Amino acid sequence: MPKDGSGLSLDGLGMPLWLVVELTYKCPLKCPWCSNPVEFERYRNELSTEEWKTVLRDGRKLGALQLGFTGGEPMLRRDLEELVEEADRLGYYTNLITSGVGLTVDRLRALKAAGLKQVQLSLQAPDRQLNEALVGLDVFDHKIAIAHAIKAEGLPMVLNIPISRYNIERTKEFIELAEDLGVEYVEFANLQYYNWALLNRAELLPTREQIERSERLVQEARQRLGKKLTIYFVVPDYYDDRPKACMNGWGAIHLTIAPDGTALPCQEARLIETIDFPNVRERDLAWIWRESPAFQTFRGDSWMKDPCRSCPEKERDFGGCRCQAFLLTGDAANTDPVCAKSPNRSIIDKLVGCAKHEKPDGSNRLIMRDIRKRQSHADVE
Amino acid sequence: MDIEKPLRLEDVVELNPTHHFRWEEPQQAHVLLYPEGIVKLNETAAAIIECVMGSTSIAAAAGVIEARYGRADLMPKILAFLEDARAKGWIRIKS
Repeated sequence: MPKDGSGLSLDGLGMPLWLVVELTYKCPLKCPWCSNPVEFERYRNELSTEEWKTVLRDGRKLGALQLGFTGGEPMLRRDLEELVEEADRLGYYTNLITSGVGLTVDRLRALKAAGLKQVQLSLQAPDRQLNEALVGLDVFDHKIAIAHAIKAEGLPMVLNIPISRYNIERTKEFIELAEDLGVEYVEFANLQYYNWALLNRAELLPTREQIERSERLVQEARQRLGKKLTIYFVVPDYYDDRPKACMNGWGAIHLTIAPDGTALPCQEARLIETIDFPNVRERDLAWIWRESPAFQTFRGDSWMKDPCRSCPEKERDFGGCRCQAFLLTGDAANTDPVCAKSPNRSIIDKLVGCAKHEKPDGSNRLIMRDIRKRQSHADVE
Repeated sequence: MDIEKPLRLEDVVELNPTHHFRWEEPQQAHVLLYPEGIVKLNETAAAIIECVMGSTSIAAAAGVIEARYGRADLMPKILAFLEDARAKGWIRIKS
């Protein structure tokens, strides 16, 4: 998703400029806002090293430039260094999106030698205790050590902070920590409510006042720090009256490949159960991107209903997020209910009205990411 | 914001080390790649960046560009572009 501050506005000329490869859904952390499917354990058939290399080669042929290695936790793949090397050889700008768990100084050096260009490291809290409560593991000290190591290797680094009601009051401390670490970029990623975050929405959603205060602190820091630290603030769309220009449009510039080879227009899209997404094991990537019904479904604007169809802003936001429309209204072709013009806006208003004003009284109310009991799927399988 | 002195003709500028600049065949254009970003450059912008990167000063680079386009009045435009590029974090003064 384009971020506030990134100035991203691109015509990809029909090319998937951003390729995201989710190497695995496995992860040692249990973040209760994980963007992976809630039933992630159903997809165990990960692509092999050679299959991923084919994806990388085919992606470059289609014009992909930026490449994100993510997961799950991509460090769990022992072939990551080999894949980064192949990606660099092919001409990608390679980004590693990691929790830092599994990343050691040795592997970091090997990744850099393989051509890695940038690391995006997640951090959930500015202190050890809260971090452990939020991810289910005591990994704060390791994350800080690895952040220093990334800087020592001279790699540019984005500190990615998933923001919820549990840590939004710590904005200032996060900025100070980022300054101490000497990172170039900080991303305050206000949670978007899909998959695990949706399960935990009532517990995670901050109030409007909290978001405004946080954004004000970010603005002040931007003024003070100038170019030393670039701060992105991913807008929490529930509090906006216009939808985000999600992915710059469906199948416009983004292509995600899930661990099992399923090709998606964004990392969340497989939650739209009404669409049959193609798989790189079965179809050629060029066909998938250019011709598959799944990628065609919401391209352009002929699929739009009113109010989008007749809206002068449709070329700016493309009707918002298809996943959000599906999750909240039941029809992925509806206007994103975040839009004030949507007949379904009351759904959002109701959710926002329920945002809890009291402080979180402990993380035991969160449903942590974990393998869910099989019987919960028995009725759907 | 940082108070920065305006660029001077004798300054040597370099690409921000987090940025990569190269020709991209499918786009038929030069691109800048950096963390979380892609910028596609038009021909003039790419020519300026290419020249200043290999030059001993902005003035020297401007001379090359003016010669290439057969013009003698491009300096103000080149400086304005470079200031803009520096504000965006694409380039910096070599220390």
